[in-house]
Amino acid sequence: MARNRKGAIAASMAAVALLVAACSGSGGSTDDPTDPTAAPGDGTSETSDAPAEQTITWWHNATGEPLVSFWAQVGQEFADANPGVTVDVQSFQNEELQRTLIPNALLSGDAPDLFQQWGAGELAAQVAAGHVKDISADVADEIAALGAVANPWQLDGKTYGLPYTFGISGFWYNTELFAQAGITSTPKTLDELYAAIDKLKTAGITPIAVGAGDGWPAAHYWYHFALKSCSPEVLQQAQAELVFDDPCFVKAGELLGEFIASEPFNEGYLATSAQQGAGSSAGLVATGKAAMELMGHWNPGVMGGILTEEAGEDVSPPEWLGWFNFPGIDGAAGDPNAVLGGGDGFSVHADAPPATVDLLKYILSDDVQARFAEAASSIPTAPGAADAVTDPNLQLVLEGLQNATYVQLWLDTAYGPTVGGAMNDAIVNFFGGSGTPQDIVDAIKASVETL
Amino acid sequence: MSSLTQAGPAVSAGPAPSPARKRRGSGRKWAEIGLFSGPAILVYIGFVFLPVALAAYYSFFNWNGLGPLERFIGFDNYTRVLTDPVFHTALRNNFFVVGASLLVQGPLAIGVALLLNRKMKGRGLVRLLIFIPYILSEVIAGVAFKLILQAPAGGSYGPFDTVLNAVGLGELRQLWLADQKVVMWTIFAILTWKYLGFAIIIMLAGLQGVPEELSEAAAIDGAGWWQTQRYITIPLLGPTIRVWAFLSIIGSLQLFDMVWIMTGGGPANSTHTMATYMVLFGLNRQQVGFGSAVAVILFIISLVIALLYQRFALRRDLEGSLTGREG
Repeated sequence: MARNRKGAIAASMAAVALLVAACSGSGGSTDDPTDPTAAPGDGTSETSDAPAEQTITWWHNATGEPLVSFWAQVGQEFADANPGVTVDVQSFQNEELQRTLIPNALLSGDAPDLFQQWGAGELAAQVAAGHVKDISADVADEIAALGAVANPWQLDGKTYGLPYTFGISGFWYNTELFAQAGITSTPKTLDELYAAIDKLKTAGITPIAVGAGDGWPAAHYWYHFALKSCSPEVLQQAQAELVFDDPCFVKAGELLGEFIASEPFNEGYLATSAQQGAGSSAGLVATGKAAMELMGHWNPGVMGGILTEEAGEDVSPPEWLGWFNFPGIDGAAGDPNAVLGGGDGFSVHADAPPATVDLLKYILSDDVQARFAEAASSIPTAPGAADAVTDPNLQLVLEGLQNATYVQLWLDTAYGPTVGGAMNDAIVNFFGGSGTPQDIVDAIKASVETL
Repeated sequence: MSSLTQAGPAVSAGPAPSPARKRRGSGRKWAEIGLFSGPAILVYIGFVFLPVALAAYYSFFNWNGLGPLERFIGFDNYTRVLTDPVFHTALRNNFFVVGASLLVQGPLAIGVALLLNRKMKGRGLVRLLIFIPYILSEVIAGVAFKLILQAPAGGSYGPFDTVLNAVGLGELRQLWLADQKVVMWTIFAILTWKYLGFAIIIMLAGLQGVPEELSEAAAIDGAGWWQTQRYITIPLLGPTIRVWAFLSIIGSLQLFDMVWIMTGGGPANSTHTMATYMVLFGLNRQQVGFGSAVAVILFIISLVIALLYQRFALRRDLEGSLTGREG
């Protein structure tokens, strides 16, 4: 018995020692000098010709094919061309990545070197906490080529990331259902849109699908009405100083109220998600159960993905898909050529190995950008790759972007997660029948107070 | 009959301290205690006590989770939580699930357990079928029901509505997940489907501890089946019911997964629980200080309810209510 107990004591001690070792072993970052994967010259020199061992961890938000394979391939190509460099490419679901994984990784000190960046409000918080590298000097050529679409990734004249895709929001619609309802031309004004909605309803077709369950797809309607009601100066001031005193923001809610009152949306839209499966708003349009959806430029890719999942084989986006810009409103105060849009970009972590910036430059190269445009059915940011956009709808989107006199970033991204989230909530509540246009503005102001 | 009750209370057998142990050296006793409970205490401090203490500390700051902790704001976060109508909804939803679980799942589970406790054909199969939903991951169940309860679109109905229509109950069709008046009931129904099996298994285990001799004696005294259940089985099942109720209350207060998967707190913030409220408004909105305040409030509410329950309901079991006349 006594001997047994001694053995047990020894075993317990060993277990405790292991536990302690395990605890103290975690939390090591890539800067750990004992970490064999860390580069010897980490963060010291930008132009190390000696093939130093570097591992670049790259987190992106693509979860559907072919984009996942495409990014993995780009990482491999870069590693092959740069001896000593390994690229660890990892893909995560967008909202998880944005709201949980990246903030936690930044806080824990074990952050990825190249990571998804949505820009503006969120970027500002990360920069203030010292997590993001200022790459202004390294990517001067790219910034010059990209032009205005790089703005959301800049802060006080410094660049903290670059977008690899940027597009604008508009109505994606089913040309066959429009023809069936007797709509001969796409709506150019709000009144024409109302007329189209009536015709679709008369034909027994659900006019618009909206994924209000996810919040932002519903909120985009308010953003568009704000864009039509507010001058670019007011919008710029709102973004820079978070001031919402101009009555045009209340006007946006009034216009939205009239729009909701015309009952254009799918049944149960408050619980509809935007992109997940055939029951989502994108799925409803893709499967011909609703005629249109107000959505970003990524929508053909999302619809193709949903149809592929449903069919179990590779299906391209529907051929009957058409696109038109959000219609103008007669007599509205906003810039009629203003557009609402956004993009996806990457930022370099402050402690990333030097080759990370080169990887970002490679991603932004005309060649990779052109292949990205094809792989993702999306819009690249590098002007040299614009010819790769062959889809007629995306050409329309690109044209809309090029003709715009003012480009407003998605308002929730522009104002950051706290204010943006409260704004989206208030707008969804308004969609759900509670609250007034003034309540939306009040909720935004109240959330600014909590920053 | 009294001699039989003494033999029976297997369910309430409490550990009696052995007097022989006390005679050993106290230093050695403490060494043993330290050795055997030390690792558990370390884990408890590291993963329970420390996080709670840190959350309490963070809750006094306006902190977005990224920069340094600089802006001390006292109890402002708590004021904001307690005056937020969405938090009130969340609290109401939590207590709705607590109450509905006790009132609906409890009697249902006891009834089914009593039925299944009898010898009958296919009993094992029925027990298995009832327990299966509990084994399923909550996320998988949530996603499945989300698809089943889909709202009608483009003239076609979701699977559940289609079935309702096929059996002539088309009138009962609802926007199960989109109507703010219906959705909490939908979620509760799914929770019941999921957790009833667990309650039934617990009750069945409790019934194993009710000695058969009592029923036999009652039968000899002329008691019918109903009387036997009402006056013998259910009272002896008391400790089991109270433990199940305790687990159910705590589980309902911490409800997260099912709501998060099925509605994310929507439509229009009508189905939040305290836990989903905490994650959405604390983590996702980058207000970690605020979220910590929610966490502390959730912790205090759970703690107070747990302590009160132990004090007033479970204490009787700990003291051995079945053998109370002797003790």
